[in-house]
Amino acid sequence: MTTDPAPQPTGDGGDTGTEASDSRARVVLDSEEIGRTVTRMAHEILEANRGAENLVLLGIPTRGVPLAERLAGAIGAVEGTPPPLGQLDITMYRDDLRRQPTRSVGRTSIPNSIDDATVVLVDDVLFSGRSVAAALDALKDLGRPRAIRLAVLVDRGHRQLPIRADHVGKNLPTAAEERVRVRFAETDPATEVTIEPEPRKEGERL
Amino acid sequence: MRNLLSAADLSAEEVFSILDLAEEMSEVQARPIKKLPALRGRTVVNLFFEDSTRTRSSFELAGKWLSADVINVSAKGSSVSKGESLRDTVLTIAAMGVDAMVIRHSASGAPAQAAAWTQIPVLNAGDGTHEHPTQALLDAFAIRRHLRRSDPEAEIAGKKIAIVGDLTHSRVARSGVSLLRTLGAEIVLVAPPTLMPSGVGTWPVSLSTDLDEVLGEVDVAMMLRVQRERMSGGYFPTPREYTVGYGLTRDRLAKLKPGAAICHPGPMNRGLEISADAADAASSLVLEQVAAGVAVRMSVLYHLLGGEEDQ
Repeated sequence: MTTDPAPQPTGDGGDTGTEASDSRARVVLDSEEIGRTVTRMAHEILEANRGAENLVLLGIPTRGVPLAERLAGAIGAVEGTPPPLGQLDITMYRDDLRRQPTRSVGRTSIPNSIDDATVVLVDDVLFSGRSVAAALDALKDLGRPRAIRLAVLVDRGHRQLPIRADHVGKNLPTAAEERVRVRFAETDPATEVTIEPEPRKEGERL
Repeated sequence: MRNLLSAADLSAEEVFSILDLAEEMSEVQARPIKKLPALRGRTVVNLFFEDSTRTRSSFELAGKWLSADVINVSAKGSSVSKGESLRDTVLTIAAMGVDAMVIRHSASGAPAQAAAWTQIPVLNAGDGTHEHPTQALLDAFAIRRHLRRSDPEAEIAGKKIAIVGDLTHSRVARSGVSLLRTLGAEIVLVAPPTLMPSGVGTWPVSLSTDLDEVLGEVDVAMMLRVQRERMSGGYFPTPREYTVGYGLTRDRLAKLKPGAAICHPGPMNRGLEISADAADAASSLVLEQVAAGVAVRMSVLYHLLGGEEDQ
């Protein structure tokens, strides 16, 4: 009856966990580049929404939450006040819930009513699209936004569902077996995006 | 862990896991659409061989809010008795292909017996004078919430909790002692000598027969229901006498230390073990306990049924 203690990989391609990265990992975005990328995404969101009116940012735990906080800060720097910010846990809506040991559940906190708001879902990595599909189901139970947009720091391809992001920090072509990791200083030792080759097979020469 | 039969089966880590998830479930309770798809396609049977309002309806709501199909089987008035017939009932329900069974029974140990007969998870919703683990969990949840109103990081460990009343017949007290001890609380049991359970000397608690002496030192006073059917058992002379000695009267309410909470598992005998002033006081958690019951049972059902299919 124990739950899986590990943090949930909710960015469906982003890997969580704060363990040291594989020595073969390649840094794709460093802290400064991430900062500039977030600033650009904030401007894109404002441009698409024609301002910050009725905008609500919802981060998908785990790494979507610090990303949403950074985006809200960047939007606040432009507009004077940051938009309402919340988080949306999707664990209970995952379509693979039954295939896993019982998962621990993150927090859902919605800043105010999302009815008729423009909700920007924020996640670290867009991969299969299943997390986003789960998030859309979760939102449906919370209200009826006027529009839902998707902002991701990394789009690594390999979609399994007809889903695309409205605002992408970086398009990153990857092989399916590679691992993309997003780390933020809020939850990890560093702020960076790395890509790691597939895990070494047993007996493989270094 | 496949079943929840006794509060003693839970490690501190498991209790925290259940309580923390219950916090998230209580957020769902406050939504306009109280529904999560986590247990879609699962079927839970409430098998109640004893009367219940709170426990049965909260288990039913908990299952339904997690999108499980829930059916209630009430054995009241039927010819169901202990032994063979219970076994047949359990095996019949199990043969229908349900995924979990919630059992309340007047015989201590009935859910554990049922769990031995079937492979599906069994939850004890109160058995005789033995245990009521989900009640202990919801008490802990409500107490922790109360503590966190003044200190967001507060835990139950180190807090002093008095459990007062008919301890001999109380499954709530047995589960409560076990679970609150697991969480590190200090427990004092208060009852007239006639209502102290046999063997209580071996329990990890302190004992008192003087409620007035204890009230000023505790963080929580948990009052137990006096079961009216015990009135004629010679445990105490008259209801009035019980109230004078062990009721949470208006006068005693004033003796509680500031910030101390009052709990009662319900249903309350107002004017007997708890006065209306105490039941309706600002520090009374009675209705919070009821609300916590749904959130905690959602959490327990998820822990038992939310994981791998081929358990």
